[in-house]
Amino acid sequence: MVQDAKEPSVTAPETERGPRRRRPGRLRRISLPYLLLLPALLLEILVHLLPIVIGGVMSFKELTQFFIRDWGAAPWSGLDNYEIAVDFDAPVGEALLHSFFVTCAFTLLSVGLCWLIGTAAAIYLQETFKGRGILRALFLVPYALPVYAAVITWGFMFQRDNGLINHVLHDQLGLTDSAPFWLIGDNSFVALLTVSVWKGWPFAFLIMMAGLQNIPREMYEAAALDGAGMWQQIRRITLPSLRPVNQVLVLVLFLWTFNDFNTPFVLFGRSAPEAADLISIHIYQSSFATWNFGTGSAMSVLLLLFLLAVTGVYLWVTSRERKSVHV
Amino acid sequence: MSSLRMAVRPRGAAKPRSPMAAPRSFLWSRRIFLTLLTGFVLLPVFVMVSSSLKPLEDVSGKFRWMPSGLTIRPYIDIWKTVPLAKYFMNSLIVAGAATVCSVVIAVFAAYAVSRYQFRGKRVFTVTVLSTQMFPGILFLLPLFLMYVNIGNATGIALFGSRAGLILTYLTFSLPFSIWMLIGYFDSVPRDLDEAALVDGCGPIGALFRVVVPAAIPGIVAVAVYAFMTAWGEVLFASVMTNEGTRTLAIGLQGYSTQNDVYWNQIMAASLVVSVPVVAGFLLLQRYLVAGLTAGAVK
Repeated sequence: MVQDAKEPSVTAPETERGPRRRRPGRLRRISLPYLLLLPALLLEILVHLLPIVIGGVMSFKELTQFFIRDWGAAPWSGLDNYEIAVDFDAPVGEALLHSFFVTCAFTLLSVGLCWLIGTAAAIYLQETFKGRGILRALFLVPYALPVYAAVITWGFMFQRDNGLINHVLHDQLGLTDSAPFWLIGDNSFVALLTVSVWKGWPFAFLIMMAGLQNIPREMYEAAALDGAGMWQQIRRITLPSLRPVNQVLVLVLFLWTFNDFNTPFVLFGRSAPEAADLISIHIYQSSFATWNFGTGSAMSVLLLLFLLAVTGVYLWVTSRERKSVHV
Repeated sequence: MSSLRMAVRPRGAAKPRSPMAAPRSFLWSRRIFLTLLTGFVLLPVFVMVSSSLKPLEDVSGKFRWMPSGLTIRPYIDIWKTVPLAKYFMNSLIVAGAATVCSVVIAVFAAYAVSRYQFRGKRVFTVTVLSTQMFPGILFLLPLFLMYVNIGNATGIALFGSRAGLILTYLTFSLPFSIWMLIGYFDSVPRDLDEAALVDGCGPIGALFRVVVPAAIPGIVAVAVYAFMTAWGEVLFASVMTNEGTRTLAIGLQGYSTQNDVYWNQIMAASLVVSVPVVAGFLLLQRYLVAGLTAGAVK
């Protein structure tokens, strides 16, 4: 009876595949994985691969606001867009290069700090103590909060006249002579970095905690028997064991931070101050402010090539390292 | 009492690390580090909560730790200043639909990769994963043009509609979901679904009766991740929505007008839109940690 009741759920997907039902079993076994992959594949092609191809084509066209409705009709412009983007003596290229350097510095600092804080927190929380569970949940709050809600709050805190930061630094501690601006001018880099680290470190923490769980307890016991103290255990066992996890984590953090759009966009609006002009927002701004999609696409393609190169080199180096460790 | 403490301790937590007693230097550095970090993490949360309960004059002038008076007015006004309920609905529909679709599609794809050998398997996984590294800005302009052109050619309104946003968002979480579920499905013993196949289940039957139930924690983790991704997305929401389909990510900007910035209302609204995801996340975080262990850390 129970068998009968469950029967439809088994046959339903079979009938959906219609004519394939009559095929011989072997053929169906071969085509089945492809059928299962089909929806994912179609969507990836439609929303990820096709746009990349179109973006590549767009970068060779003179795509201004007159051709938005029918971008295929835009005239070809050869390498003009790329020449504009990399002409570092002209305003457009100069601004792009500046934005690139700002992004590099920002990414380096942000990833470094996120990694450091996340790793330290994971190691400190590895052992049980009172309040550990609460801290663990608390530390994940920045990760769980929607970006815009969190960043808007930081934006409020960084307000010159009514924000908490200036109130503490200037009014209460007297560390600054006058209340500085945080969201315009050079300080904006510090503000952006603070928000980015606050938002980003819990992910490192999460991954590191997962990595720590995989270290066998026996290794610590053996080390303790040999007389290794706790700091030594952390240096000799914990950190080396985290290496493979680190390699994935650093790459992911790098890509996310380098491509981050949400944080500067919510913090500064459509155009970021020069000192915090991250590449994503720079491309957005230079595309939509001037409706010059061709140059914007060329910049996007250059960005992609750079990321591919960095990722390639990184994976090559880390995989070589892994091999040499095993040999 | 002891059973209560057992229940409070997160189950996914790592076992005690060392059989040795921790030295004093470790305990001190831990205390200092964790105190500072807790302050850093909580500061914006404090500002969000306290400012949301202040009258407007308290958030317009100098920052005050202690408000002159507490009020719940901002929580009433947020629904009138901007159509917050509508934005909330839009976000809920878009994120909910994107999550359901993304999870279902990822389950099928991950099952195929985990259980079958086929030509192009490696190419598929590498391609899907590498789309994760591309900057969102790269897709934005072409997708924008594609959706406009599809709309012009077929009348299917993708640009400015919820459908377009759902379609976009579900692919954002898809690569990571597939990746994580492959790891999860791999950890479900093959014998289980092979037994189901022998007993007369089709492959789909084995997937839904055996593999999916055994991998529920991973599927929950993936769903949480997909929902959070869609709920927090700003870039595409800013370009691809109009007045009727605007999501919370963009709607919250409506509290700053030419004359006034209603910081107390902004904070109240931020809190209201955060509570569902944060609560959901904290309730389900141990699944996410477990999922990351199975999928990412190998």
